[in-house]
Amino acid sequence: MYQDMAEEPKKSRVTEQIDENLKRVYENLLKEQVPDKFRQLLDKLKEKDRRT
Amino acid sequence: MTQSSQNRASGGRTSQPQDVDPRDEIIRYLSPMRAFAISLTRNITAADDLVQDTIVKAWTHIDKFQAGTNMQAWLFTILRNTFYSDRRKHRREVPDPEGIHAASLFEKPEHDGKLAFSDFQRAFDKLSAEHREVLILVGASGFSCEEASEMMGVAVGTVKSRTSRARKRLADLMGLAEGEEVLSGSDRMIDAVMSRSGMHAA
Repeated sequence: MYQDMAEEPKKSRVTEQIDENLKRVYENLLKEQVPDKFRQLLDKLKEKDRRT
Repeated sequence: MTQSSQNRASGGRTSQPQDVDPRDEIIRYLSPMRAFAISLTRNITAADDLVQDTIVKAWTHIDKFQAGTNMQAWLFTILRNTFYSDRRKHRREVPDPEGIHAASLFEKPEHDGKLAFSDFQRAFDKLSAEHREVLILVGASGFSCEEASEMMGVAVGTVKSRTSRARKRLADLMGLAEGEEVLSGSDRMIDAVMSRSGMHAA
């Protein structure tokens, strides 16, 4: 029952599940299509630098 | 002799090989930047503006980036600093009253655990930006408390206590008691959520 193995308290079930869900929220956001306008912005910045 | 010819060959530069322009690396982090921005703003338009500002700042201040350090952490730092300074300037948040996750932005979650997950997203949207931030950095994107502390400009202890308060708040919002060991798995979590919504069948 009582194991004094780690100093760190073991993550509770709820914490584990919260973290699982957080990862899922974040992963879903990562899967979102990134709008082209960001790549276009980077191209524009690059082009501007080349001219100056 | 070979040394001097090498020096001449590199046109007076140091013998170090020409590194890749770090600005060319920014493109690799568009997706994480946008995910973090959406987590902070809960509003796609505001998130896209935030990412755009971050890109411009990163591009123009690339000299501040230390080669060999974590570029994602550097970009996230610019992004969150921009977010908080905008918020101070405008003294308003632009909340999506229904929460971003309530909108049809996402694919339908997998069949099992569906209820718990949408409930989780709703609860997550109700947190303060500070709580969402720390949970995304530490809980979801896998930064250490030390890295998060540098990014957030606060002590490591503050990151840790804020993380646990944020988890506790999230658990409260879902009607779960943090630290409760009785819960034995996702079924129990779903049970807890279902009974709260008056849909418990057992």
